[in-house]
Amino acid sequence: MSHDIRMQIAGNKRRDRCFAAAGLVAMAFAVLILLFLLMTLGVEGGRRLSWEFLTSYPSRVPSRAGILPGCIGTVLVMLVTAWTSVPLGVAAAVYLEEYAPKNWLTAAIEINIANLAGVPSIVYGLMALGLFVYQLHLGHSILTAGLTLALLCLPVVIIATREAIRTVPLSIREASYALGATKWQTVRDHVLPYSTGGILTGVIIALSRAIGETAPLITVGALSFIAFLPTSPVTAEPPFLSLRWLLDPFTVLPMQMFNWVSRPQEAFHLNAAGAGLVLMSVTLAMNGLAFYIRYRTRRRIQW
Amino acid sequence: MALCVLAIYLGWVVLASLRADDAHLITIDGSSTVFPITEAAAEEFQRAHRGQFKVIVGISGTGGGFKKFCRGETDIQDASRPITAEEREVCRRNGIGYYELPIAYDALTIVVSRRNSWVDSMTILELKRAWEPSAQGTVSRWNQIRPDWPDAPLKLFGAGSDSGTFDYFTKVVMGRPKASRGDYTASEDDNTLVQGIARDQYALGYIPFGYYESNQHKIRAVPVDAGSGPRAPSRQTVEAGTYQPLARPLLIYVNGTSANRSDVRTFVESYLSDAARFASEVNFVPLPAEVYALAAGHFRTGRVGTVFSAGSSAGVPLLEVLQREAAL
Repeated sequence: MSHDIRMQIAGNKRRDRCFAAAGLVAMAFAVLILLFLLMTLGVEGGRRLSWEFLTSYPSRVPSRAGILPGCIGTVLVMLVTAWTSVPLGVAAAVYLEEYAPKNWLTAAIEINIANLAGVPSIVYGLMALGLFVYQLHLGHSILTAGLTLALLCLPVVIIATREAIRTVPLSIREASYALGATKWQTVRDHVLPYSTGGILTGVIIALSRAIGETAPLITVGALSFIAFLPTSPVTAEPPFLSLRWLLDPFTVLPMQMFNWVSRPQEAFHLNAAGAGLVLMSVTLAMNGLAFYIRYRTRRRIQW
Repeated sequence: MALCVLAIYLGWVVLASLRADDAHLITIDGSSTVFPITEAAAEEFQRAHRGQFKVIVGISGTGGGFKKFCRGETDIQDASRPITAEEREVCRRNGIGYYELPIAYDALTIVVSRRNSWVDSMTILELKRAWEPSAQGTVSRWNQIRPDWPDAPLKLFGAGSDSGTFDYFTKVVMGRPKASRGDYTASEDDNTLVQGIARDQYALGYIPFGYYESNQHKIRAVPVDAGSGPRAPSRQTVEAGTYQPLARPLLIYVNGTSANRSDVRTFVESYLSDAARFASEVNFVPLPAEVYALAAGHFRTGRVGTVFSAGSSAGVPLLEVLQREAAL
């Protein structure tokens, strides 16, 4: 009898070890692929990385070509995306979570937002081409690109914000109402501050997905040779700020990469790897930032 | 109060940003064949003037580019074939005048993979047999083009229908522009074609000469026989006028109104004066110096319109064609 039990225990333990080993292999596989990608990018692109590469304009001569317009374009497009998708997304999430009545309409909207997060990005590009370029005549501009990517980010921001808001305990809200606070006061002074960490994490992850998008930008922006920068947002004469850059043509890092990859000369492919390395570092840095913010805000909250 | 001040300030910023833009942008679009030459011109121009001018060069194909050009959306159009009668009609209706300036020669090059061992030359008739509309679905093996070629699948690659290369090839080989079978791998991006042909032993395709010359280790040019013996494409045969009828001039069209702008004028003049250098740098065949001089003269004296409307220009020296009467 006790022998049987021992046998069974041994068998279970063996199966346990088997699963642990299988899990380890799966993880090692994923990590190895990532490492391999990073290594090839690093080996190929690392040689091209230099201060000159970061600060030069594209060129027909591979060794002279750089990614300055791509970098600046990426930063400006991301600014537009963040400024539009964050306020809209957070406001929509707060409404859905705190204000909206729980009925079939809200449920339908919620399901559709979740669906939107899974729509392929090229579809957003086509929609933006019709809306921003042909209907609103915004041209192939930074504004168009930023708004397109904002649409892409919006569902992710909304979903992340709702998740973050849900983690705030009901008792906090009830305590606030008990002291006579209105709904808006409760949201502003309690719900939003406590969920900031979660919201920021969601926003940064959404933006780091958008930063590498190429397909929707190629549909609205057309692939082209651009060797100049948009108008500077800061000017010498008053009012010292300018919005003219919003309507300037642009290129972004992934589009520059795409352009280089499609060229016949091998040297351009190295340039593309270099640009890829820069893009990947930016994405990793953004994800690291998200991680850090989550860690800090978690430590600060003391209920 | 603070909000009020902020709102007023932001309003001021918006108004200031809306003021008429005096720093002009030169917009160029069109053929992917001409793109490398125009890219070189744009790059050198911007380097020489240290950011004073902004030039943007797009790739939409000759046909796609002309649609924008004739709506007045672009200043300069890259074209790998002359403007068509329909496009002239649209330009006329929209009141768009244009200068027509030749930039370089191209030789449409028939290419196969380096691994193809059987093709040593092709006649125009054989090209027609492979590409004509009635071949669709019926001609699918190499031995259907010439019986002593292997009984192997024929994989065709060629320019997409928005491309000037497509229009030119169909016009010369089939006798009618845009008459082509549709069941082949088509792309407006010539690099895609090069890669496809290089990888497939049974591939046959047509691409601009420049793309062949920079990929000679992967693909092989097929000499073409138009009745006077097979001729391989090269600088010599193109310049001597013996690589006919597949040699063609590449052109740019400059919007007549834009040409009055000093930035466009300076750009076009510097483009024409250095076009020979840019063209050979990116593996195209430069035109004779007299042709560039003649084109620059036409641009200076304001002679608008196309010279390709009257009669055939295949086989006629370019210098002669350019001296014909121009019409909008």
